[in-house]
Amino acid sequence: MKVIMKIEVLGSGCAKCNKLAEATKKVVAELNLDANIEKVEDIIKIMGYGVMSTPALVIDGEVVSSGKLLSNKELRQIFVSRK
Amino acid sequence: MAIENTISEQNGSISTLLLPALMLSVWILLYLNLQPIADSVISLTGLQNGEHLTEALRFFIYEVPKVMLLLVLIVYIVGVIRTFFSPARTRKALEGKSVFTGNVMAALLGIVTPFCSCSAIPLFIGFVEAGIPIGVTFSFLIAAPMINEIAVVLLLGLFGWKVMLIYISTGLFVAILSGYVIHLFKMEKYVADWVYKARSNQQQQAEQKHTLTSRIASGFTIVKEIVGKIWLYIVIGIAIGAAAHGYVPANYLSELMSASNWYSVPLAILIGIPLYSNAAGIIPIVSVLIEKGVTLGTALAFMMSVIGLSLPEIIILKKVLKMPLILTFVGIVAFGIILVGYFFNFIY
Repeated sequence: MKVIMKIEVLGSGCAKCNKLAEATKKVVAELNLDANIEKVEDIIKIMGYGVMSTPALVIDGEVVSSGKLLSNKELRQIFVSRK
Repeated sequence: MAIENTISEQNGSISTLLLPALMLSVWILLYLNLQPIADSVISLTGLQNGEHLTEALRFFIYEVPKVMLLLVLIVYIVGVIRTFFSPARTRKALEGKSVFTGNVMAALLGIVTPFCSCSAIPLFIGFVEAGIPIGVTFSFLIAAPMINEIAVVLLLGLFGWKVMLIYISTGLFVAILSGYVIHLFKMEKYVADWVYKARSNQQQQAEQKHTLTSRIASGFTIVKEIVGKIWLYIVIGIAIGAAAHGYVPANYLSELMSASNWYSVPLAILIGIPLYSNAAGIIPIVSVLIEKGVTLGTALAFMMSVIGLSLPEIIILKKVLKMPLILTFVGIVAFGIILVGYFFNFIY
């Protein structure tokens, strides 16, 4: 059975957060991953992850990056290593 | 095998240092020759020395590359320094510090910790959760946007290192003082109630691991990001400055904002609050103000007010702070800036 990856992009609507969400979608499509992508804008939920700087990337409930607009290359590496 | 690995790693670090070193030498060479380059470009145009248009053009041709060079170098250095800091580390450093020490450290760390005003709220809550006093948190939140690398570069490039140092030290003063006063007023109860309820699960985040190579690379990334975003504003700003340099009569604005008018400093701050700009947009304007006879203190107060106190930021903070605390924050920061303004008008 295939496991679906749950990807969340945390950020309350700043430019970088939107860019990270777009880049994530693009890379996920490129790699043909089975993933649910969700943009989390609710500040209380964001705080629930203990993240102090946005944008942040969360995969299956684990914070893998925060405060950084990851490049497509970095995103690819992260996703491939978790596949 | 192991030995081979270390050797190739060493080679890696030598070649990673080679590129920045090479670029630094090119940088120095260019920087030292800016004036002759600008002069020879001017002489190529065949314009008459001393005319308005010539002087405006000379100002532009000299200032744009100068500010750009400074921008690239300083943003790069700050970018590399920032790889040693993160909000999480700063929080750890501030935990359990006594109040005054905490305020001083928070303001200093505000300069070097990577910070974007869109993260102000998560950061605020993160600090509060860790038990850091709110006065200390405010010292950080005031210093972080006000004293940033772009402001430093532009002040250095357009006014010299003395003005830059004055700006940094008085900015620190305002941040420390404001945070300390907010602490004295015991304003904890004016933080929105949900902040205290929002317990994060304190998940241990994977700290980004840095190597020499990744620090150097991260410096380049930040240069690309910041310079790519603001170069146009700077060129436009300097163009306005150049036009003013050649054409607008000196002392044009001094009637309104000269040191002899006691109200010039508060007036500048009031004008500055609704204006929202980052350092890149505001400093060229400040340079025009100073050139046209506005005193240094008034101009710096104006700049601090635009960068440090802004309506959009206040609206963001409204989500986590109650009105009395917001008003105290604005009031005390404005008061600190007024002190700075008068102080400089007095000593200059």
